[in-house]
Amino acid sequence: MSHLFGHDQPLSVKDNGFNPRSFVGSFDPRVRVVAAGLFAVMVVALQQIEFALIAFAIALGTMFLTDLPLRLTLKRMAAMDGFIIVMLVMLPFTTPGTPMFSMFGADASKEGLLHAVLIGIRANAVVLMMLSLLSGLTPVTLGHTLYRLRCPAALVHLMMFTVRYISVLHDEYHRLRMAMKLRGFKARNTIHTYRSFGYLFGMLLVRSLERAERVLEAMKLRGFSGHFPMIDHLVFRRRDAALGAGFVVLIVLLVLMDRVYVFTY
Amino acid sequence: MHIVDGALAPEVLIGGGVLAVAGLGLGLRKLPIDKIPATGVLSATFFVASLIHVPVGPSSVHLIMSGLAGLVLGWTAFPALFVGLLLQAIFFGFGGLTVLGVNTVNIALPAVIAGFLFRGLVSNTNPKVAAIWGGCAGALSIALTTLFVAISLTLSGQAFVPAAKLVFFAHIPIMVVEGLVSAAAVFLISKVKPALLNANGQAGEYVSQNSAMVTTRQANEANNG
Repeated sequence: MSHLFGHDQPLSVKDNGFNPRSFVGSFDPRVRVVAAGLFAVMVVALQQIEFALIAFAIALGTMFLTDLPLRLTLKRMAAMDGFIIVMLVMLPFTTPGTPMFSMFGADASKEGLLHAVLIGIRANAVVLMMLSLLSGLTPVTLGHTLYRLRCPAALVHLMMFTVRYISVLHDEYHRLRMAMKLRGFKARNTIHTYRSFGYLFGMLLVRSLERAERVLEAMKLRGFSGHFPMIDHLVFRRRDAALGAGFVVLIVLLVLMDRVYVFTY
Repeated sequence: MHIVDGALAPEVLIGGGVLAVAGLGLGLRKLPIDKIPATGVLSATFFVASLIHVPVGPSSVHLIMSGLAGLVLGWTAFPALFVGLLLQAIFFGFGGLTVLGVNTVNIALPAVIAGFLFRGLVSNTNPKVAAIWGGCAGALSIALTTLFVAISLTLSGQAFVPAAKLVFFAHIPIMVVEGLVSAAAVFLISKVKPALLNANGQAGEYVSQNSAMVTTRQANEANNG
């Protein structure tokens, strides 16, 4: 998983975080971040399944304009916590309304089913749009973008440090895990397993703190004064403005249509 | 325990967002710039915790370790855990954008609460006593997180109430496992590096103190030599 933040993807700002061949990747990251946020807020407000489906179609269309791996992206979109799935399955049985069919002595209502479907579509539309617009960015570009969008500098710096060390610490975790494996450790449902994982994580924490000390000293040696120069080449061009405007019109139209529909019927 | 976009009522989303911003503000205020490297490394450690899978019954769950985050980081656990959730949402598609505030509060606030309740007790010099309180902190933070998730669902509609109850009871084994793993982790830390759990110091402070000590030591050595 952490390969996303890993060595195979250069954490440099040189390539500006996008592959020039992809259409979505050619736009200013700032427009993409704002668009993804706007899309999420608006889609969550949609009340009608038909319009939620249109939003999902827009997200799907956006995905085809990226060069993200198709199967992986769809898999990531569909992955939800187990409890959300349970909740969605339970909704028809817990919402009062017109009974549709009954199962195990409980009536499933039409309203509940529609509500569950609506939640499912909205959730997937937002996640798909977010993955399409943003997951092509490198974490560093994302940090710069958030900084340019006036996020607190401390938060952005914290994020950049986190991103930098996730792959390092994940490797460290694998080293420790390998050492356990070599000594015949197998994860089971035993106290021994939980204790071993606790020691593993405790060791990870101790080592990472020692690493943090070294990092801070090394940075001070190189004259770290508490500020990072943010060197990037974000340019806002006419096509970015056009994309932003088009996107806003599309989304507002969708929400307006949704509202009109709700009021009329 | 990521709630997805589109499930919660707008009021809950806005409330969660406001609380999250307040928590982030408080956390960032306690985070001077030279503590950012240490906090970032710890934040990355807690991100890696969520990639560690532990068997529970026939299935497996990933660690959260938010109790330990609260113990080690205090209020700075808020920005540290927020960063993790943000990265997970954007790059892995876990959770969503509009629920980011709610999810952050649901995970980071219990961490902070557990940290404040147990920090004094965990700094006990006897590793076994420290481990017991560390386990309590780990279990409590998960219990509070599930409670908060259940509350967010309940506030969004009566139809969610049975699901919310189910969520709470289904997470009892996870609370137990998190408690056991946190207890073992605290046991090891209080033997190997007790300063990490010091009552009066956050990890970042510890790092800057320590580096100051190293600097003075090196200065003395320079005088001698």
